[in-house]
Amino acid sequence: MKALLRRDLILAIRAGGGFGLGLAFFLIVTVLVPFGVGPQSELLSRIAPGILWLGALLACLLSLDRLLALDWEDGTLDLLATSPLPLEAALSIKALAHWITTGLPLVLAAPVFGVLLSLPQPGYFWLVISLVLGTPALSVIGTFGAALTVGVKRGGLLMSLLVLPLYVPTLIFGAEVARRGAEGMQTTTPLLMLAGITLGVIAIMPFASAVALRVNLR
Amino acid sequence: MTLTIRDLCVARGGLPVLEGLNFSLAPGQALILRGPNGSGKTTLLRTLAGLQPPLSGEIIAGEDQIAYAAHSDGLKAMLTVAENLTFWADVFGQRDIETAIDAFSLDPLRDRLAGTLSAGQKRRLGLARMLITGRPIWMLDEPTVSLDVDAVALFASAVRAHLGAGGAALIATHIDLGLEAEVLDVTPFRAAHDARLGASDEAFL
Repeated sequence: MKALLRRDLILAIRAGGGFGLGLAFFLIVTVLVPFGVGPQSELLSRIAPGILWLGALLACLLSLDRLLALDWEDGTLDLLATSPLPLEAALSIKALAHWITTGLPLVLAAPVFGVLLSLPQPGYFWLVISLVLGTPALSVIGTFGAALTVGVKRGGLLMSLLVLPLYVPTLIFGAEVARRGAEGMQTTTPLLMLAGITLGVIAIMPFASAVALRVNLR
Repeated sequence: MTLTIRDLCVARGGLPVLEGLNFSLAPGQALILRGPNGSGKTTLLRTLAGLQPPLSGEIIAGEDQIAYAAHSDGLKAMLTVAENLTFWADVFGQRDIETAIDAFSLDPLRDRLAGTLSAGQKRRLGLARMLITGRPIWMLDEPTVSLDVDAVALFASAVRAHLGAGGAALIATHIDLGLEAEVLDVTPFRAAHDARLGASDEAFL
């Protein structure tokens, strides 16, 4: 399992791995929104938590179709499925690798990008907390979407449509934590809901992903 | 360690392609699969490797006995030859990649990125992976595609060494490897096309 994680991280960092794609997209969104909305910092700071969360979610979505497609194309998935590694574990590891290369950079960059949207000062802490708790769910659900559509030519569109509704609860509670934090309100309830959703999908989704992938490998 | 197949029927896309297959593979034995394109050799190998369920019949083999090599080699272009092999060694819980590197004379290529190898060199790397799995039953699907004469000889001697060490191999190939192996022609086992046993599966695919 460590070998698979190490391989995925090395592949992401080496040329052509697509590391930084999500981060660049996130940067573009947060840079362009103030131009679109206009220079009203009160308005910006009110919508900042939602925009930052939306940007992070779309950045995550952007890199999903490469998650399994590359391993499918070169036959690695067939060989992994016949290896001693359970497919559930392999997919969990791939989701973890996706989070480390996509979700984690977003979490680290979010406070910097928050400045561009004049996020209120108490919001930074809660923004980072909500992203740390929420983005793993995005990677795990995304792995499920990728497993469902692997082998479908131009499956990216189908996958986005399948995955988006599953992302809604995470988006609602994640943005709610960041918004309440920014306005100095209690964040406990949405924070617990967000953490619950993430833990739930981490526990259940790998099994669903493995079943979907096995059917697709036939 | 034996592989026994009883009255096996395999399907592709819900339609049966081969039926009534019976054979067994003992340690030290190799079986060559022959048959025209589309006759179901790959489907049979994928079924035996556990990638798809058989329509009917039994496959009796121990757990984690079978190593499968498909048409594609599962190589990562941005990893070197040694890194590719080390990855599979780790996945299969093995340590030693030197035997495999020597067996397919990959030593001069060790630090080259797999993406820069020629088709035949990639194939040699893909076949070297079989040695690394440490599993007794090899399932090889057209292993000699794009190999030159010398590389085919290397491959044949690797298979011979594997059989000598008590392994077994099931090889779908069209060329003569010079192995003392039985040949199984799959053509007589072609499934009758009105037998739509698997059609009900379609709804779930």
